[in-house]
Amino acid sequence: MTDPVTQAPPGAGVAITSEGAQEMEPRAGGVEALREMGSVLRMSEAEAALPAVEESETTIMNMGPQHPSTHGVLRLMLELDGETVLRTKPVIGYLHTGMEKTGENLTYLQGGTNVTRMDYASPIFNELVFCLATEKLLGIELPPRATWIRMLMAELNRLTSHFLFLATNGMDLGSTSMMIYGWREREEGLRLLESITGLRMNHNFIRVGGTAADLPDGWQERLTAYLDSIPQRLDEYEDLMNNQPIWRDRLQGVGVMGADEAIALGATGPILRATGYAWDLRRDMPYLAYDDVDFDVIVGSYGDSYDRYAIRLNEVRESSKILRQCIEHMPEGDYRVQDKKVTPPPRARIDESMEALIHHFKIFTEGFKVPEGEAYAAIESPRGELGCYIVSDGSATPYRMHIRGPSFVNLQTLPHMMHGGLIADGVAIISSVDPIMGEVDR
Amino acid sequence: MTDPEVEITPDEEPAPAPETLHGAVVATIRGERVLFPTREQVVDVVRALRDDGFLMCVDVTGVDYLTNPHRVLPEGIEPERFEVVANFISHTARERVRVRVQVPESDPVLPSLFELHPGTEALEREVFDMFGIRFEGHPDLTRILMPEDWHGHPLRKDYAVGQIPVQFKDAPAAR
Repeated sequence: MTDPVTQAPPGAGVAITSEGAQEMEPRAGGVEALREMGSVLRMSEAEAALPAVEESETTIMNMGPQHPSTHGVLRLMLELDGETVLRTKPVIGYLHTGMEKTGENLTYLQGGTNVTRMDYASPIFNELVFCLATEKLLGIELPPRATWIRMLMAELNRLTSHFLFLATNGMDLGSTSMMIYGWREREEGLRLLESITGLRMNHNFIRVGGTAADLPDGWQERLTAYLDSIPQRLDEYEDLMNNQPIWRDRLQGVGVMGADEAIALGATGPILRATGYAWDLRRDMPYLAYDDVDFDVIVGSYGDSYDRYAIRLNEVRESSKILRQCIEHMPEGDYRVQDKKVTPPPRARIDESMEALIHHFKIFTEGFKVPEGEAYAAIESPRGELGCYIVSDGSATPYRMHIRGPSFVNLQTLPHMMHGGLIADGVAIISSVDPIMGEVDR
Repeated sequence: MTDPEVEITPDEEPAPAPETLHGAVVATIRGERVLFPTREQVVDVVRALRDDGFLMCVDVTGVDYLTNPHRVLPEGIEPERFEVVANFISHTARERVRVRVQVPESDPVLPSLFELHPGTEALEREVFDMFGIRFEGHPDLTRILMPEDWHGHPLRKDYAVGQIPVQFKDAPAAR
């Protein structure tokens, strides 16, 4: 049998990647194969603990939950034939702390502190989607400045989140210098976030009805200085990584996924865009003021790990573009809605107005009531569609608060991308999915 | 103050037949289209939606209405204790649609959407884990977030928060 593409015997031309057709073809079978191929290992922990059958040709091995490349506490049960991965089962729940249940016992004002801890690499997005869902129920319209501050914070957070990905992706593949570089840029971004919100992470800055505070003096200069430093650094990354043969060999053609498979599995964000499917909620179902800014949606063409890396790298450029427009177009005015029932009065008013004192006291003790009903809000987080479904029974706490975490759904693509690859490829694939376990387990 | 009788009048008018899509009642809630199929209809409705271009099942979740039984539902929909809520998205039409299915407490079973949308596997496992709603035809209906030997379904409203017993010496008995 000869390889139909290169007309060479199998195995002969493997190392020579510059010859012959280089296009990747979609995996045979498409969506139907997802149900038939058996990439997903469906075996309980009790079954896995049983002594192995003697004549079995395959081995069950656990990777994680304490494996350094599993980004926290992801555990993969791998069925191996030698070093080839046959079937995979992601075992999750090690970080489950019942945040959705907790959310039912916190008021809408306190809810932000809860949800911000879910996806700890992009806390602003969690707060934002929670507030958007609540505001949909309340039916309040935000002042333009609040919307633009939110957009600025979200894009700044996207930068730090993507730099974290670039750092950990490099680390997982053995590029320690990339790790240090990515972390350096991320820390600079976090310092900027800290100067605005007061905290590096878990900000609770976006509140129902606006934001917690206005932007501090001199934010334009600091942000501009940060943005000015980025293009040169990104060029450095590209010099370091993109043309490096080890980097390309470890990522190109590893973990290939087609658009129809990604859609069937509910994958969103860079995983879906890497397949060449241009879908970005910021452009396609705009929220905040994304209609008024100019940016491009980055898509890949092969759906492999390299595309997922390149998309995130280039999304940093697009986010910088949005941030520059935020500096330019930031409107003047209120940073939160002037609705006494939702927004606490400013500190100075409490000393002079009895009514302000009462409102302040009521908002912080019993919270504000939200009309009965249900709402689903969705935004484009760095990892994909982040959704929030809130059911209200008319009281000051949500009756049900559900977060649709993109990492949780994206994890389902792992068994399919790892099927037939090596364990070392698995590390590259986990890294390119960029799961945040706090959001997976909630 | 308005006269209470005046407020009642609109309700007494003969209501127009509820709008339906693929045989399921449709309502628009805060600008979002919501379908209310029965348990028997749900697979056919979701298949029809998929043929309409709603290719991606974004989210499947559950709600336990134990302590809130008098919620607003369209005409002809009998409220049950549980609701399974699924969100679908059409990329071409840039539209979302939500499907809400009533699931009774006595028989919490629903056909699985796995055959239509393989991506619902983990989401349905989560609903099973958290609410105890079983999905017929699911390939691997086991707990996903809680440990395998866990008892109870934490997001049910009759499952109290903080059930792990904590002992303090010389402390008065629990409330």
